[in-house]
Amino acid sequence: MTVWAWVRLCAASWLLLVAPMAVAQEPFITVASTTSTEESGLFGYLLPAFTKESGIQVRVVAVGTGQALKIGERGDCDVVFVHDRPAELTFIERGFGIDRQDMYNDFILVGPEADPAHVDGGKDIVAAFRKIAETKAPFVARGDDSGTSKAEMRLWKEAGIDPKTAGAGWYRDTGSGMGPTLNTAAAMDGYTLSDRGTWLSFKNKQDLTVVVEGDRRLFNQYGVMLVNPQKHPHVKRDLGEKFIDWLTSADGQRTIAEYKINGAQLFYPDAKGGHS
Amino acid sequence: MNDFLGALAAAWQLVRSGDPTLVGIVSLSLSVSLTAVLLASVIGLPFGAALAVLRFPGRNAAIVVVNALMGLPPVVAGLFVYLLLSRSGPLGSLGLLFTPTAMVIAQVVLVSPIIAAVARQMVEDLWREYGDLYTLDGVGMVHTVSSLLWLGRFSLITAVLAGLGRAAAEVGAIIIVGGNIAGVTRTMTTAIALETSRGDLSLALGLGIILLTLTLAINATAQFVRNTGRAAAI
Repeated sequence: MTVWAWVRLCAASWLLLVAPMAVAQEPFITVASTTSTEESGLFGYLLPAFTKESGIQVRVVAVGTGQALKIGERGDCDVVFVHDRPAELTFIERGFGIDRQDMYNDFILVGPEADPAHVDGGKDIVAAFRKIAETKAPFVARGDDSGTSKAEMRLWKEAGIDPKTAGAGWYRDTGSGMGPTLNTAAAMDGYTLSDRGTWLSFKNKQDLTVVVEGDRRLFNQYGVMLVNPQKHPHVKRDLGEKFIDWLTSADGQRTIAEYKINGAQLFYPDAKGGHS
Repeated sequence: MNDFLGALAAAWQLVRSGDPTLVGIVSLSLSVSLTAVLLASVIGLPFGAALAVLRFPGRNAAIVVVNALMGLPPVVAGLFVYLLLSRSGPLGSLGLLFTPTAMVIAQVVLVSPIIAAVARQMVEDLWREYGDLYTLDGVGMVHTVSSLLWLGRFSLITAVLAGLGRAAAEVGAIIIVGGNIAGVTRTMTTAIALETSRGDLSLALGLGIILLTLTLAINATAQFVRNTGRAAAI
């Protein structure tokens, strides 16, 4: 082979090589996030739903919270999705992030308007659980080993009550999903612990209403924010905002809430509010 | 032992299923590493040969620097390229960070010194043998360098393979500049790192087995080219 034959061979094989690197130019945003979201499989579940709806591809760079914020600070992503509240607030204070949305796949206690256990308007979820047990008001439980169910069991444990033994007659273990559980609760005027997303899109509320919300133990908080386009003009503001809006919409919240197989541990951190 | 059998089973399962994700990851790995090695050869081979032939003040220092750069930690090279390509860096306006191109650039930085250093040594040996002829004939420098590279082409495959070994095996640089984005910049090595942190050790090792098999195949091909080429040249 002559030199030119070699050069031609190299050039030809290189052209073949670069083909897989040409990424389809559909609109995309880059999101810097914590490894836990990626490793838990949440994004693998959540993002296709968003992409399907919006046509926007989401490229996730999963790193430690510190590095994720650094990537945002340097303008190398459009959206930051982390859960370390103090660090997030500093990030905003320094002008690197805007539009921060507190996201928590938070739980609420719903119950009948008649409120036989007198827990309406309370802020202490554990106290509310105790009152329900004392008054033996009907409580409808998921009992399906889902994240919501596990969170509920943790709250009972914190209240010092074992509903499996003490709940005869009032604790109804349905072994079903959130929607059917809410249906049951509505039918028997019972209390139940629900995630907000499912509750918001639930159509058969009847006499049910939110009775306890806002307890820190009910929060799984994480923050999502747009990298400040004033600091970094190339940030895809419109696409990024669409993503944030979707995450915080009833649709997005429900999608997050439905994720419970691998995500249980991530989305229901311990009651002391520790960060994962 | 179960871990290793599990890894073998995982590797076999992955290959047999022809999983499109795996195919994507493998082809991205190959295209990034081979492109990087090609570019690094274009830079490193002439540079190494010139370093072997030219005599200039500071030549020894240059050789030491190139040899030392063979030991450049991938994570440092990655960080360097990251800061270069970051939106806040000098080349930020190109928007190359977290793309396959960024990974190629990082690997070129890593691989060029290896190819240059090995080529320098090989060409210098040739130069000792044939240098007088070139000098007597009054051949120009550019021609001398290219003709020595051509003369040593079969041995220089080793230099290129050393570079390829580095490129195919490293994870530190490309995970920083590529971001290990699923479907965009996830390669064999970054996928192995991810599966390890997920705790799926069998899958991680299974991917490793596939990567090793590919590397083996590339080296076997290179050996074949070298042997048949040599036989034809004689």
